[in-house]
Formats: sequence, structure tokens, C-alpha cells
Amino acid sequence: MYVEPGTHLMQGDEAIVEGALIAGCRFFAGYPITPATEIAERMSRRMPQVGGVFMQMEDELASIMAIIGASWAGRKSMTATSGPGYSLMQEGLGYAIITETPIVIVDVQRGGPSTGLVTLPSQGDVMQARWGSHGDYATIALAPSSAQDMFDLAIKAFNLSETYRNPVIILADEVIAHVREPVKVPPYEEIEVVERRRPNVPPEDYIPYLPDPGEWVAPMPAFGEGYNVLVESVMHDEFGHRIGTDHVAAERTIKRIYYKIEKNVDKISMYEKRYMEDAEVAVVAYGSTARTALRAVREARNQGIKAGLIRMITLWPFYDRLIEETASQVKAIIVPEMNMGKIVREVDRASKGQAKVMSVPKVGGVLHHPDEILAAIKSAVR
Amino acid sequence: MLPEAEFEHVLAKKYMRTEIMPHAFCPGCGLGIIERMILMAFEELGQGEWDRTVFVSGIGCSGWTPLYFRRDAAHTLHGRALAFATALKASRPDLNVVVVMGDGDSMGIGGNHLIHAARRNIGITAIIATNMLYSLTGGQMSPTTPEGARTNTTPYGNIEPNFDLMELLKAAGATYLARWTTYHFIQAKNSIKKAVKHKGFAAIEIVFQCPTYAGRYILNRPDPRDMMQWFKENSIPLGVAKNKSPEELRGKIIVGEYLHRTDRKEYTEKLRELEERAKGRGR
Repeated sequence: MYVEPGTHLMQGDEAIVEGALIAGCRFFAGYPITPATEIAERMSRRMPQVGGVFMQMEDELASIMAIIGASWAGRKSMTATSGPGYSLMQEGLGYAIITETPIVIVDVQRGGPSTGLVTLPSQGDVMQARWGSHGDYATIALAPSSAQDMFDLAIKAFNLSETYRNPVIILADEVIAHVREPVKVPPYEEIEVVERRRPNVPPEDYIPYLPDPGEWVAPMPAFGEGYNVLVESVMHDEFGHRIGTDHVAAERTIKRIYYKIEKNVDKISMYEKRYMEDAEVAVVAYGSTARTALRAVREARNQGIKAGLIRMITLWPFYDRLIEETASQVKAIIVPEMNMGKIVREVDRASKGQAKVMSVPKVGGVLHHPDEILAAIKSAVR
Repeated sequence: MLPEAEFEHVLAKKYMRTEIMPHAFCPGCGLGIIERMILMAFEELGQGEWDRTVFVSGIGCSGWTPLYFRRDAAHTLHGRALAFATALKASRPDLNVVVVMGDGDSMGIGGNHLIHAARRNIGITAIIATNMLYSLTGGQMSPTTPEGARTNTTPYGNIEPNFDLMELLKAAGATYLARWTTYHFIQAKNSIKKAVKHKGFAAIEIVFQCPTYAGRYILNRPDPRDMMQWFKENSIPLGVAKNKSPEELRGKIIVGEYLHRTDRKEYTEKLRELEERAKGRGR
């Protein structure tokens, strides 16, 4: 049923599907789009084999609404897309957020704006992942750097989305989606899978948007279980009843869906430190750029420069403390990104002026050359 | 102040979230009649059918309709009710999924999802409440606004022809179709019963009175009773309409059961067959 434990040669798009299935994903809806199509193709073959449902929808507006509908039918659900489709999905993303529906969205980033660079990588959607839908909310976004990450983060994404009843976005890119490399599948019993918390009270006592004491979210029933739940897109109170102009109730709802993510940043954040113990200059990178950055850091070390790498795996919520601590240790922070400089703004803000922050932008649909990052490292220590 | 007994109606007590009533509809609005049609249909279908029914709606006045029913309900986004409902039905084919949409919701912003739900012939009951304009936003032209009508976005008269929902969905592949008005209470209620039991995509268009906007702007009949009278006088049964010329049918509402075919397999049945075919195949 699942890919066997052991090491397999897999494409990133393949690994993310196998990880999702092990995480319990049983509904996938999507619309063909380069370079994310392979995920839908593989899902169409694999999903019915594990008793799940695959649907090719009429567009991305429908794809995201379908996975929200499936989630309320009790199925863990996922979609995958790229820039243009991800833009369309901002509408449904807001619906998932206000209704606190666990879903996983994969955005295999390609160059934009608009139809853009269809077959080439980009990291241009990182801010859209945070702010793309209208209104105030918080979100979780993870950035894989390898086929192994695609497998591991698929599982992690489902676990986080179930824990916080919130959409989780996997911000892959064309390189990571298409890279083919060894993926280690651990024994199934070693894989942590978070199941949805179901109400344990009778329907008449259940309040769909009121967290239990000490919890950030309420347990979630499925449609057809007798809980008579209201899945309401209009601003609502804890019962799901619309609240009209009751600004106090609206503020309570908005702050809870915001803080359930932002106040748990310590638990949600994942990162990797390389050569950071004595580093005087840090490269902060994510996604496929982190691979190039690691090469540049090693080259700098060969040349006697004390460089280190912070690979951010969780991009949102942004882990201010990690950057603040790093900034207090190093003289400079280099932020290479396949965009005109986006996460660098967050790094600059979080470093609170303790270190010089330098952007190394790259656009046009090509990875950085390690020498470009190395040159930035050298200029920082000069 | 209405007396308490107002909500003691047998249908309201049995099926509705009376704690959030009175509802948001304008006085004289036809959506209350549509709510009652739905509840009467389920009262006659029996508790068993009601217990496995869930509701989905979009945005617009009509979107509020099923939220007053004491069942699982999703108030989705403008136009997207059918996308949510499609996945719900595909995930839980045992449930009756009833979707309530308005004319702008279903044929305007949601037109793509509407034709594809019909094409798939997925077992959803779509109740499309048509009031000939956008009412929640204050009376603008919709895909069913009659040509020539003045609305808040067609101050010089509407120059756009309107959709014929029945013909649109027949071509798209729906397998049960009916159109009624709020004047045709019994007929519409019976069509809802048939649609819920139907295996395939079923759509019932119910033309209803919006005295606040359509009544004042389009029909010059701000009194809901006059609108109901107009529905009565301007509706032509399908059988009678067949022998009339297009000129004679201009401005008329052709009512009746348009289509009931059983030769197309329902989507979720095919989905189960697909699952059987897929099992045992290699990764």
C-alpha cells in the first residue's frame, strides 16, 4: 500500500505524494499546471489504491474548495499547484483559515509575475504565502530543500495542519520538485502521524469554534456525524453564528486564529544550523537556494572564512528569535533568494540592527552560482 | 415584537435553529417559502433521509437559506458551493448533499462549477433560487435579469440576454431538471423530493419574489403578494409552452419538470468502480 521502508531513488514530486499518503491523506484535488503536474499525476494513480479519492477539478478555485469540503467529510486532504494556480487559491485559503479547516497546499514555485517562467524555479511566492489572502490571519509555510524534505515535510505539514486546524503551505520550487535523489523511508512505526482530534461530548454540548481549556483549537467533527456544525465564512462567534457588527466577538475570533499560530512559533519552527558554532558571517537560506548556500559556506571555510548556514525549514510563522540570536553572534547575515529580496526584509527586521544584513537576489529562473554567494560572504568580512 | 409562538411552527421546531431566528430575510422575501418547501419535502421523505442530509450554500441572500436548518451546513464562498459539495459527496456518497444557490451565485461567479457538476452527473441536489438580480448588494443586474430591465447597474436598461438555466444544464449533462416559482409550492416541493432521491446531478430552479429590489425595479410590484400574482399569471406549463411561438413566450416563466433521465451513471458510483480497478496495481 505504502512505499516500503528503506532507501529509494525518488523525484521530489514522487516523494511528497508518498509522504502525504503515509500521513493519512485520502483526498486530492488539483488542476494541471507546470511544474506541479507530476504530483497530481501520481496522486491519480496512487490515491484510489489506498482507498482515497483523486479529483481533477475545473480550476484551482474549485480545487481548494474541494479539499476543504473533503476535510469536512473527515478526510485529510491536499492540493498542489504553481504560481498562477496559487494566486487563484488565495480565495479558498481564506475560507480554510476562517473555518479552521486543516488542509495542505503545495506550491511548486515557478518564475512570475503572471504566466511567467513556466518551467523555471523561483522563490517569488514566499510573501504571498504569508499575506496572499485578504484580511488578518497567520499561516504556516514550510520550505523543502531536497526530495527527502518533500517526503518528511509532507508528513509534518499534515501533522501541523491537524494540530492547529489551519492550512499548511509547502513552498517547493521547480528544482526540488524535479530533483531525483535517495529518499529514506523510516519504519512506519517510527513515523509520527497526528490524527484529527474529534469531539468527545454529545452534539448538544459541542461548540465548533471554542477551544477546550488549554487548547488553541476546538476538536473537529465530520459532516454527517450529528454535530450539526456550521462551517461559516462570514465572521462568526464560537458557535459558528454570524456576528454582524459585534466587533468584540470579531476581534476575539481574529486574534485567536492569529495567535494560535504566532504564539506557537517555538513549536512550529524547524531549522538546520551548519558550521554556525564559531561563525562570524551567516548565510540564511531556504529551499533549493540553501543547497547552493551550503556549497558557498564550505568554500568560504576552505578559504579560512568563518561562515555558517542557517537553513530555514519553517518560513512562516517567522522565527524572530532564531534570527535575533544569530544576529547577536555574527557580523553579517547574507540572504540569497530566488526573488528580488523578500525574506531578507524579515531577517533585517528580526536582527534588530545587530548585524549587517545583505540581500543576494536572483531572478530570471536560475539558481545562484555558489560564487555569487561566496562573493557576498567575502565582501561581508572584508 | 413578534409573539414567542411565532417560532412554535411544527416545521420550525422540528428542523430549524430557532435560537438564531428571526431570520435575516426582508419582509415578504420568497426565501422563507423555499425553506418551507425544502422542509416539507423532508417531512414527507421521512426522518431517515433528513438524518443523512447535509447542506452547502454560497454567498448572496439565498446563501442564508439552509443555515437555519439544524443540520451540518457550510456557508462557503460566492460561487464555490458546488466545488465544496462535490468533494463532500465524493468523500461521503451515503450523504444527501443539498446545495442552495442564487442565480448570480450559480450562473454568474459560479458558472464554471455549475456546468462541471452537471457534466460529472454527481449526486447533488442543487436548489437554485432565482430572483432576477443581485439583492444582497442592493439590486444589480444578474445573469437572469430580463433584457431591458433597469437595475442599479443597468440604469439605461439591461442589454444582456439572460441564461436559460434548464437549457444550460441539459446541455451540460444534468439528469434531473425542474423549474417552478414560489407560487408553485406543491410542485416545487415534489420536485425537491424527487431530486433528493435521484441518482445524479439534479437542479431545481425556483423563481422567487424579491419585493425589495426585483419587485420595485423590474416588475414594478413592491408588494410580495402582487409578485406572487405575477408569477401565477406569467407562468406557462412546459406542455403548453411547446405549442407557443417565441413571441408568445417572451417574458414568461416556463415551469415544469424538464428532464428526468436515468441513462447516465452517477459520478460516485463510477468512483467506487475506479477504486476497485486501481487496487492491486503496483506503485
